Amino acid sequence: MKKKKKDVVEKQYKPKMIKRRKPNRSIVGDLFIYFMLLLIAVMMVFPMVFAINSSLKPLDELFLFPPKVFAQNPTLDNFQDLFVTMGKSWVTFSRYIFNTVFITAAGTFGHLIIASMGAFILSKYEFPGSRLFFNIVVVALMFNGYVTAIPNYIIISKLGWVDTYWAIIIPAFAAPMGLFLMKQFMEGIPMSLVEAAKIDGAGLWKIFFRIIMPNVKPAWLTLIIFSVQNLWNNKAATFIYSEEKKTLVYALQQIQSGGIARTGQAAAVTVIVMIVPIAIFIMSESQIIETMASSGLKD
Amino acid sequence: MKEYLKKYFILRRHEGKIVLKKMKQSKACYLFLAPYAILFTVFYILPVCSSIFFSFTDYNILEPPKFVGIKNYISLILQDDIFLTSIKNTFLIAVITGPLGYIASFIFAWLINELPRWIRTIAIIIFYAPSIAGNVYVIFSVFFRGDAYGYVNALLIDMGIINAPILWFTNPDYMLPICMAVILWMSLGTGFLSFVAGLQGVDNSQFEAGYMDGVKNRWQELWYITLPNMKPMLMFGAVMAITQAFGVCDVTMALCGYPSTDYAARTVVTHLFDYGFTRFEMGYASAIATLLFLIMILCNKAIQSLLRRVGT
Repeated sequence: MKKKKKDVVEKQYKPKMIKRRKPNRSIVGDLFIYFMLLLIAVMMVFPMVFAINSSLKPLDELFLFPPKVFAQNPTLDNFQDLFVTMGKSWVTFSRYIFNTVFITAAGTFGHLIIASMGAFILSKYEFPGSRLFFNIVVVALMFNGYVTAIPNYIIISKLGWVDTYWAIIIPAFAAPMGLFLMKQFMEGIPMSLVEAAKIDGAGLWKIFFRIIMPNVKPAWLTLIIFSVQNLWNNKAATFIYSEEKKTLVYALQQIQSGGIARTGQAAAVTVIVMIVPIAIFIMSESQIIETMASSGLKD
Repeated sequence: MKEYLKKYFILRRHEGKIVLKKMKQSKACYLFLAPYAILFTVFYILPVCSSIFFSFTDYNILEPPKFVGIKNYISLILQDDIFLTSIKNTFLIAVITGPLGYIASFIFAWLINELPRWIRTIAIIIFYAPSIAGNVYVIFSVFFRGDAYGYVNALLIDMGIINAPILWFTNPDYMLPICMAVILWMSLGTGFLSFVAGLQGVDNSQFEAGYMDGVKNRWQELWYITLPNMKPMLMFGAVMAITQAFGVCDVTMALCGYPSTDYAARTVVTHLFDYGFTRFEMGYASAIATLLFLIMILCNKAIQSLLRRVGT
């Protein structure tokens, strides 16, 4: 299934590269548009380039005025200092990393399984209430974490999960975005595949694990990446109080607010926090785009 | 009349029986959906319902909630001046950054669509990166620092446009515009990816048919061929844009401080945080949340009916 799809896509690309431009385009328009795009791209990327460079600057260059965008003698001093500072805190650095990795891994794994199960049923079977449920999920896409923070806090405190990892992990299982993307992607799998498996005597579980899941690997990756991004950036400041349960990003940002003496380290923190999601995205860009192709909302 | 009613009820009962039978048949489906459905209900539906419930009560977590009717809403709209400021700010941000970010996402996606593959990939990464880059936006507080050593101030003084440094994040006149610029910088998010992917999927033969039928320039092509094909993605992008536009709080809180000078950068979500987690007036905070839900849902409905007219 996947192979077939790739073939089709590549056949479209190759002639496109050689083929001349579309007949109804003016050269001036093209040049103008691409020039504008380049300009905007430079503007968009500038703050990030600046952030990365200021993390590489030694202390005397950081306070240089007028500033230079690119570091003259780049060093990794700031990162070293950061590790020294982290090493001095009474909760060890490795503990923060463990927290983040544990929360991210557990949350993502559970989310992938549970959301795919729901998506499989919603996309391939029709039963009373299935439409309604999916519509509610779509509405829930709109409610970001901030808006429901307060009732969520009340519910989690009623469950007795305040200050435990579960307060972050379990709600992440049910993120509506994952179910939505998965369901839309699974609609692309022909129902005949499911029916053939059924005739061969496969139960729902078998169809799910043997037929559906291997066929939606690009969507897996997308789900994993969105979930990792979400959990990585999750500071969970409202749910977790004890220092030894805080995530890496939260601990790093505590350093960041340490004032002017830590300017260099703060820049290093910004870069570490920023680089992980971007790196993950770069590695999986083509799969994500493939999944997003089916993300449309039909009415 | 009575006859009709009787017939109607018989019909209804019959339909109910069919539904019940179907439900019994698809028991396995329900079991399969159950884990997600339960978690989703507890952490996404229940919060919304309970915030509607608590919005009619006086609740501070410690004591049991006391029912007070619509008092919260009345004092919210009639007495709370800061709330009105926050609503004004949120709407201002939403009305400007929402549509602009949405349109920008589409236009960039559309423009990079015809580039060769490797350039397109780089462009996607560059445009999408700010929205997932954690809290890089704090770098803007370095650019716009209030003293004469802030880069923007220094530049403007050098050029002779101003002669005293501007306190960008303390002066209410400048707070919102700068925040909006930062939000716009970050606005090419999930919707943008969806547009990029959707544009890839538009059938080429439709364009060729369009040339035959006399589509003259890229704008006609956009309106008559590309946009109608993109409708589902446009809907999805709209949902994402609304979420982003009304949920603004971390950018303003990080850049302008919390609370900000003269409440000039206070948004609805910041207000909600203030009452919920600083003053623990959960009932009042829930009323704010409920109003926000309502506004978002109405907005979504309005935009969907607008999008239905695209390309006709």
